[in-house]
Amino acid sequence: MATLYDYALSGNCYKVRLLAALLEVPLDVQAVDFYPGRAHLAPAFLALNPAGTLPVLETGESVLTQSSAILGWLAATQDPTGRWLPTDEPETLARVLGWLAFADRLTATVGEARLHDMLRKPLDIDAARAGAKQVLRQLETALAERQIAGQSFLAAPHPTIADIACFPYAALAPDGGIALDPYPAIRDWIFAIRSLPGFITMPGIHALHEVLDQP
Amino acid sequence: MADRMTDLTALPAVTLNDWYCVAMEVTAPDAFDTTLLGATFYVTRTADGWQATRPDGTPCRCQTRYDHIWLCPGTPDRDLFALPEADQSGRRPVPCGAVRVACSPLRAVENFLDIAHFPFVHTGILGSEPHTEVYRYEVEITEGDAEVWATKVRFYQPQAAKSAAGGIETDYMYRVPAPMVSVLYKTCPPRPGEWDVIAIFVQPLGPELCDVWPWMSLFDDETPQEALIQFQQTIFLQDRSILENQVPRLLPLDPRMEVPTRADLTSVAYRRWLKARGATYGATLEAL
Repeated sequence: MATLYDYALSGNCYKVRLLAALLEVPLDVQAVDFYPGRAHLAPAFLALNPAGTLPVLETGESVLTQSSAILGWLAATQDPTGRWLPTDEPETLARVLGWLAFADRLTATVGEARLHDMLRKPLDIDAARAGAKQVLRQLETALAERQIAGQSFLAAPHPTIADIACFPYAALAPDGGIALDPYPAIRDWIFAIRSLPGFITMPGIHALHEVLDQP
Repeated sequence: MADRMTDLTALPAVTLNDWYCVAMEVTAPDAFDTTLLGATFYVTRTADGWQATRPDGTPCRCQTRYDHIWLCPGTPDRDLFALPEADQSGRRPVPCGAVRVACSPLRAVENFLDIAHFPFVHTGILGSEPHTEVYRYEVEITEGDAEVWATKVRFYQPQAAKSAAGGIETDYMYRVPAPMVSVLYKTCPPRPGEWDVIAIFVQPLGPELCDVWPWMSLFDDETPQEALIQFQQTIFLQDRSILENQVPRLLPLDPRMEVPTRADLTSVAYRRWLKARGATYGATLEAL
């Protein structure tokens, strides 16, 4: 079983937990005291990942860092359908890779605003929120175009790792003081991802309430 | 918040002369600014312990207790609340850092006292459907309006603590020893007869903004410290988005404002107790 070095409140760690859950892949999850302990900057962790970033996945053969790379590894090795990382369609693959890069812009803006508002990270909050709104508007436009084309997901007619990479920090925007009310296409897409069989939550991202059968 | 500097002397004495948690001892830098009740205090470590000054440069008192630094912005008129369990041998203290929440500090305490939300907000951990019933429990305000206590609280929980293997009926006691502190005592799965203690120390930055310092004192020799911290942070962060969306923003103390149910007895007592004490910082007294 692969070992995930994890922080429960990290959107990037959640991406890995979420895809693993959707693929029904069990992980050995080891908590790293990112806050308040700052254990990701301690020598023991830096020996594992000199960049001091989370998540880290130990696969048994290698030590993987960067959530997008880990999503790629999970999809390439654990998804027999090949749908989560469609390598046989160059256009689709390129779109997926483009969104993986886009996801880092969400982390750098929405993610930072959230760390400021929630865990008191000192930074220019107005700049972080302004950047976040710009990135969210671009995501909204892209998803609205997909909706007009009759599609619910970012890069293919089905969810791919592009959706998993962009989903957490978009959905966590309210944690950073950014309301999602002006982004209806993003909210529909969030709903579609929360509806996936095997979906798991993290603090700030709630489950869809189960509609019980009427008697 | 601190931009509009509060005139501390305009605050009620009961608010000004109370103790507030302002930092976790092990992670506190040797000198730092901290916001409390809309004003900025300067806290430094000295050979004689922690010392603080008010915005006008006058000194005020600090003390360390329960792994945190506590500050009294006025002149203390009572001791910091007692928590004898903290000194009991065999327990592990688990300070969890602070989480900032854009809500009234009193709303943070009230939410901590509420059991009915467990199945809906902490699904699969502190509660689950269809086990949503809050059984009858007892609430009292102790002699001289000292504290609020809720006892004989029972609730079904899928994973009550990190050390709990499966679902159990958990016994709880809740206690409010100060307006911005809440302590809960719950069944301790590995040590029947003892109580795990979980508290929140709320630092009021302003009437609608607070830092919440969760702290635990547990009998658990097995779970790694980081896993305990993340368990508690996960629970509290599940509450955060709910708290930030509660309206009215200030806690209403006028009984006509919200209609309680039987499950809300603790909350009703808490609001009544705040009103009787005049501890109205973060509250609204008028019906809207």
